[in-house]
Amino acid sequence: MTDRRLAWALATPALLLVALFLGLPILSTFGTTFTTDEGVFATYEAFFTSRFRRAVLWRTMEVALITTAISVVIGFVTAWVVARAPRNVKSLLIVAAVFPLLTGVVVRSFAWLVILGRNGILNGFLEGIGVIEEPLSMLYTQGAVIVAMVYLFVPLMILTLVGVLDSIPEDLTDAAASLGATPVATFRQVVLPMAVPGLIVGAVLVFTGSFTSYATPQLLGGERQMMMGTFLHQRAMVTFDWVGASTIAAIMVVVTLSTVYAMSRLAQRLNPVAG
Amino acid sequence: MRRRIHPALVGFAALVFLFLLGPLVIILGASLSNTTYLAFPPEGLTLRWFENAFEISAFRRTMVTSFSLATLGTLLSLAIGIPAAYAMARYRWHLPRFLGNVFVLPVLVPEIVLGFALMKSVATGLDTPIYTTLLVGHALLVLPYCVRVVGASLAQFDFSVEEAAVSLGCPRWRAFFTVVLPNIRGGVIAAFVLAFITSLNDVSISIFLTGPGVSTLPIQLLAHMEQFFDPTIASVSVLLMFVTVVVMALVERTLGLTFLAR
Repeated sequence: MTDRRLAWALATPALLLVALFLGLPILSTFGTTFTTDEGVFATYEAFFTSRFRRAVLWRTMEVALITTAISVVIGFVTAWVVARAPRNVKSLLIVAAVFPLLTGVVVRSFAWLVILGRNGILNGFLEGIGVIEEPLSMLYTQGAVIVAMVYLFVPLMILTLVGVLDSIPEDLTDAAASLGATPVATFRQVVLPMAVPGLIVGAVLVFTGSFTSYATPQLLGGERQMMMGTFLHQRAMVTFDWVGASTIAAIMVVVTLSTVYAMSRLAQRLNPVAG
Repeated sequence: MRRRIHPALVGFAALVFLFLLGPLVIILGASLSNTTYLAFPPEGLTLRWFENAFEISAFRRTMVTSFSLATLGTLLSLAIGIPAAYAMARYRWHLPRFLGNVFVLPVLVPEIVLGFALMKSVATGLDTPIYTTLLVGHALLVLPYCVRVVGASLAQFDFSVEEAAVSLGCPRWRAFFTVVLPNIRGGVIAAFVLAFITSLNDVSISIFLTGPGVSTLPIQLLAHMEQFFDPTIASVSVLLMFVTVVVMALVERTLGLTFLAR
């Protein structure tokens, strides 16, 4: 067998798995949205003219953007501390960040259900110290969804950035300082530009992850805070409107893929090494 | 010379880690509470909620399903992912470059969309058994980890070693199993671990593919949470966290934790 044949033979099973069980199903899902009796773009028109559906899309965008912004800030500061910590402390902190990441999303969302619930721990605590008299209803609000999503994605951001910040030599920041740069100037002119590629990768992961999440908005947002993921599930499995669900699916794919594409282009342009 | 980090930053990071680990400690505490509701700090200690978790047949059944699914799905994915990764590393010039992107498609396409599409086209369209569809879905879901992590390992491997074995008369397939595979062991273990955990915790694909009689543990947990709110859920969550601890210990033993910080 020639090398070329052998190479294709070895790659074919994996290629078939992706083509048959991802390519075809996804394409057929998209296909059904364009072949309704009402016209080619009718289902998309219906989506964007419905106030409710538009609201779901914007809410999902909003939650994903806020989650990303908060995760970037929290993740960056924490990763900086972790990257500059002594070796043994550092590996301990990395374990502490990996552990929640490897714990399932249902378990992690459940934790916030316990904390934010009406008879939950936070209400109990606040009542105990006399700050409130009536329990606050925190569940099924946008805030609850965002807190749980930040909780979900901060470890990912920390781990993405620790690697990047670790690779910035300490000599570099020392040199900037010895040349008279203030800590703020060192951060803005040395650290930040070098961390940009990592920040973009992390931000893309957090944005697409929260934009397409299902379990967290389902548990903590409920019907009131419907997001694209929960909306897709409701359309498909509760109302059995498969064309409507396929439309939501197509919009989700377009949003995530264009975000990934745009941000990777941006990363290429901003990469200080590639110039 | 080691520069000191500003104490305010250290304090902030400490709060972040409290935020990351606190909720998990709360679950652990609530699972041990001798109350019929979720309480933290626990009021009295008991293990009866763990007993209860094993007594509820739905949890027992779905635990078995989830573990067999994660194991078989990962093995299936490795069985087809390793050859693909090998072909791409060894015969890079004979394969088009976009192939690498094809194998990561399952992480690029939103999981929930993939779950829906599989339900519509495969589970309903072809009327496949529930478990089979779940297995295919999970194998697909973890394929990117298998191809990428094993691929990263293969990129470090010097193929002239394999060439040497072949030129000395070792059959190609034997050279792969006795020369290449032992050298990429770390990558294969890492891929297995990542894939296993991903499959075990998956919600977005399984939510569409589970059906009457066959469900996975996370889906069962979700369903249970909507009806009951007792410490049993906390105890099942703790069991899942325990799996995570075992997995991390495994990674530490075989690869060292530096692997996790990459």
